[in-house]
Amino acid sequence: MAEGLKMDQLKITRDGAPLVAIDRVIPPGRVLTVMGPSGVGKSTLLAAITGTLAPGFACTGRIILNGRDITAAPPHSRRVGILFQDDLLFPHLSVGENLAFGLRGGGDRTARRSRIDAALAEVGLAGFADRDPATLSGGQKARVALMRMLLSDPAALLLDEAFSGLDADRRARMRKLVFDRARARGLPVLMVTHDRDDADAAGDDVIELRPGAG
Amino acid sequence: MIRSMLLTAGLALAALPALADPDPADWDAVLEEAQGQTVFWHAWGGSTPTNDFIAWAGRRVAEDHGVTVEHVKLTDTADAVTRVLSEKQAGRDTGGAVDLIWINGPNFAAMKDAGLLFGPFAEQLPNWRYVDVDGKTVRTDFTVPTAGYESPWAMAQVVFMHDTADLPDRLGSMAAIRDWAAANPGRFTYPQPPDFLGVTFLKQVLLDITADAAVLAQPVDDANYDRAVDPLWAYLDSLTPALWRDGRAYPANGPAQLQLITDDEIDLAISFSPGEASTAIETGQLPPTVRTFVLDRGTLGNASFVAIPYNSGAKAGAMVLADFLLSPEAQLRAQDPAILGYGTVLDMDALPAADREAFAALDLGVATLSPAELGQVLPEPHPSWMTRIAADWQRRYGTGQ
Amino acid sequence: MAQAGLLRALPALTLVAMLGPVAAGLAGTLLPAFGHMPAIGAHGPSLAPFAAVLAWPGLGAAVWTSVFTGLLATAVSLGAVVLITAGWWGTRPFRWLERALSPLLAVPHAAAAFGLAFLIAPSGWLARLASPGLTGWERPPDWLIVNDPWGLSLVAGLAAKEVPFLLLMTLAALAQADVARSLRVAQALGHGRIAAWLFCVFPRVYAQIRLAVFVVLVFGMTVVDVALILGPSTPPPLSVQILRWMGDPDLSQRMTAAAGALMQLALVLGALAVWIALERLVARAGRAWIASGWRGRGDGVARVAGLLLGAGSALAVLGGLATLALWSFAGYWGFPDPLPAFAGSKNWMRHGPGLRDAAADTTLVAGIAVALAVILVLGCLEAEHRTGRRLHARGMWLVYLPLLVPQTAFLPGLQTLLLQIGADTGVVPVIAAHLVFVLPYVFLSLGDPWRAWDARHAGVAVALGAGPGAVFWRVRLPMLLRPVLTAAAVGFAVSVGQYLPTLLIGGGRVATLTTEAVALAAGGDRRAIGVHAIAQTAAALLPFAVALAVPAILWRNRRGLHG
Repeated sequence: MAEGLKMDQLKITRDGAPLVAIDRVIPPGRVLTVMGPSGVGKSTLLAAITGTLAPGFACTGRIILNGRDITAAPPHSRRVGILFQDDLLFPHLSVGENLAFGLRGGGDRTARRSRIDAALAEVGLAGFADRDPATLSGGQKARVALMRMLLSDPAALLLDEAFSGLDADRRARMRKLVFDRARARGLPVLMVTHDRDDADAAGDDVIELRPGAG
Repeated sequence: MIRSMLLTAGLALAALPALADPDPADWDAVLEEAQGQTVFWHAWGGSTPTNDFIAWAGRRVAEDHGVTVEHVKLTDTADAVTRVLSEKQAGRDTGGAVDLIWINGPNFAAMKDAGLLFGPFAEQLPNWRYVDVDGKTVRTDFTVPTAGYESPWAMAQVVFMHDTADLPDRLGSMAAIRDWAAANPGRFTYPQPPDFLGVTFLKQVLLDITADAAVLAQPVDDANYDRAVDPLWAYLDSLTPALWRDGRAYPANGPAQLQLITDDEIDLAISFSPGEASTAIETGQLPPTVRTFVLDRGTLGNASFVAIPYNSGAKAGAMVLADFLLSPEAQLRAQDPAILGYGTVLDMDALPAADREAFAALDLGVATLSPAELGQVLPEPHPSWMTRIAADWQRRYGTGQ
Repeated sequence: MAQAGLLRALPALTLVAMLGPVAAGLAGTLLPAFGHMPAIGAHGPSLAPFAAVLAWPGLGAAVWTSVFTGLLATAVSLGAVVLITAGWWGTRPFRWLERALSPLLAVPHAAAAFGLAFLIAPSGWLARLASPGLTGWERPPDWLIVNDPWGLSLVAGLAAKEVPFLLLMTLAALAQADVARSLRVAQALGHGRIAAWLFCVFPRVYAQIRLAVFVVLVFGMTVVDVALILGPSTPPPLSVQILRWMGDPDLSQRMTAAAGALMQLALVLGALAVWIALERLVARAGRAWIASGWRGRGDGVARVAGLLLGAGSALAVLGGLATLALWSFAGYWGFPDPLPAFAGSKNWMRHGPGLRDAAADTTLVAGIAVALAVILVLGCLEAEHRTGRRLHARGMWLVYLPLLVPQTAFLPGLQTLLLQIGADTGVVPVIAAHLVFVLPYVFLSLGDPWRAWDARHAGVAVALGAGPGAVFWRVRLPMLLRPVLTAAAVGFAVSVGQYLPTLLIGGGRVATLTTEAVALAAGGDRRAIGVHAIAQTAAALLPFAVALAVPAILWRNRRGLHG
């Protein structure tokens, strides 16, 4: 069965020159860690999966998510969630509005509001809905960003150096939070990192990308 | 046969715009057509009293005849001429941007020559009957016959404004003015030609120092030009070093001189409006010590006119406005120094008694000379002199720094 | 899909709106310049118009004035900006100067020029304040300050306005250069502050503001309104003389004007070539200087000079505005009274009705032109974002092109063209003409902040299921509200300041605060000029206040947007 995130003969080229090639399946609830020096194309790989490759880059092969071929789907309908090193909360929206942005449409106001409140409570931020995101601590912001992403009901999770901005203590807790939720929801996770600890914490498959390994 | 039919049709079409023009002889029809029209009056906008007067005239014709007047404030009358020319160039023969122009002299001559004017209309205006056609130069404009293509609305005559705090006594001739300037360097100047008033100053010098003024009434030709104007250049050569800023800069126009007198930069300036000084004292633009004088041999005079471009879309409204400007009501207000201080173009003897008395009762203001004191009015030279003298002035004094 | 097609068409549409009128106008100038003007019976080609220009005795001096004032004003403004930023960047006086100079960018050139003229004339406010006490003057001295033959007043007037412009362009460029670290490195190597700046930062910054410097040069050489107010008049600079030929009652002079306009275009290109040659020389000298090991430790004098130039620029404009404000409330004000008789609101009441009409026209034209410009520019930037094709260096030339072609060279031809297609009168063509000048400035003000936006926000939003439209409307636009409003305010100020396009294209039927003020300038009535220039300045500044206030109120609880 084609559950999980399948990268089928995926090859990314930059101006025609091969950059990254990968052929893997990440089953639901499992983590694939991609490591390698900067500039090797780790983030490019994620962009190919989210459908936001910069011009000059091209990819061949197929990306199949839970049996659906999303290779040519527009980025916003791929249902691929991503977390970056920075929280990237929208500064013009309150914490609650940020979460509402992620929440899929449907449901009346009260229902939506209660889902948001529940999401906040789940990560220990109950009552934060009306706060200005700029007034939150780094760890709080990271948790809001995680919940915002999860509320959008993604079918896969990409992590782009998602824990690099946190100090060691927070980092471990955040990792656990993310991996626990991914497993609970059965999400395949593709994690890009340069930190061996992240890979160890995931305790799953690791690939090393090498320059020119194309 | 077919060709001649086409030709006839073509001629009829070509004649259509002309047929659609209002006929000033049928004044009731003009008034009816004017109702609701908007007249864009292109007039020099550099003088606040004039702008206020134009706004008032606009309100009055709106009340009486339903004509809306928009004052398009020009920095130079030639801008409007240029505009009409551009429209002709582009084949826009109806509904042009300009409906009425405040005009005279070379601008009028140029437009008349180029066929850019509507008319004749002026002498069929109802208020024309009050105009002083014998006593005032209202049927020629710089010796060019107006032929009904422009309608007069104000008389102008050269006077000199002097600040009696620094220059107590009148000066009787251009020679006396030069001698005073030489004794008081930096205290006199004139607007920079080709500004209208600046060229008027040059002509005034020429008329005052020449032995033979008759030649100036003829179009200029190479044979008489040098002999006629050499005395002018000799005069300016001796005057220029004594001018304000040594003649290296000049005020842009007439009103700019008022500011210079108020700033106490100069004590003497030329004006083309006998009432301007009184008006400017009223509005605080001149010190109260300013008075005016004319020269012993007389000074230049001419009329200001309004003309209607051939492609105006509001000719009836423009004629209604031109006629209103000739009304005793408008002329009286224009002559009031508290308002504008422009000389009337009307004949006092032709007016109804009540209007005549109103004119007689007008206080012309502290700095305005009485009609008797204004003395002899000298006619304008042919416009070709103005053009050539202005060009030569620029070559001699306007480009040397 | 149709929407996407429209978006893709916007960059082309923008180019047409910006360059179409310039190209058409130049073509319209070309024919009369070569003696072809059927309306007055002239059928070319003929070189007579060029012969007429060459025969004008003032040509040499006028060309010299144009080139000299243009180059000097550019050099002075650029020099001042370099000294200010090099000597004071990151210090408290710099922040003070930045705050004082930024709003001056919006002050219309004509208003600043009036103010300066009223300030520095021998009978101006400065002389009045000092007389007769300090100077002993009972009468103003007969000194040729304003309208001086060298054009130094004109240079001062231009520089006072261009320093804020170049400073803001420099600040925008600095935001992209890693200044602080470069400076620390250079200073650690023993360079003085200014030397460190010149060697390490300036070359990078200059590369970015170079086109803006060209705009300053072209503007200085071809400006009409400021030259009328401050420039020499015996003879005037070439641009003013072109306008005189255009307005000559002898209609054939329009061909002379067209020929003069082409010569001015050539002159501008020549001056740009000279400037580019100077750039090379300076670069070579600079490299030799660096190689010589000079450290420039004693740069105190240069730093003080920079501060004085910046403060002088601010004071000249602010002092001028204060003088204008005084005149707008003045009754009789003779020399050497330091203050006028107070006339209350008399002058304002007197000009009130006219001001209201002019303000309405100004707002209408500027409002629509700016709205169109903002829509087009946002469309271009969004198309750029979605297609990922960034405007490269040659594209930037296109954006700057309308500002690099002298207005006198293409506006008369454009007027003729508009007449021919029957679009001659009314507000619409004036808006189109304003758009030509508003668009580049809106593009320049908005481009950098728009592109500097962290595009990962878009990535996140898309991953959260937002389509491209939602990303634009719900994320990017609100986050960039402040730069969008600021760009709109810049565009508004540019529109308010336009003189020639309004005059020539409007056929006089569109009277804005600027055309009214310059028309009044001819009459020298300082009260009327004061009232109009203050109103004009207010019209240009008000949108900046809105651009500051709206985001401040809207985002009062969003600290992340107040960086």
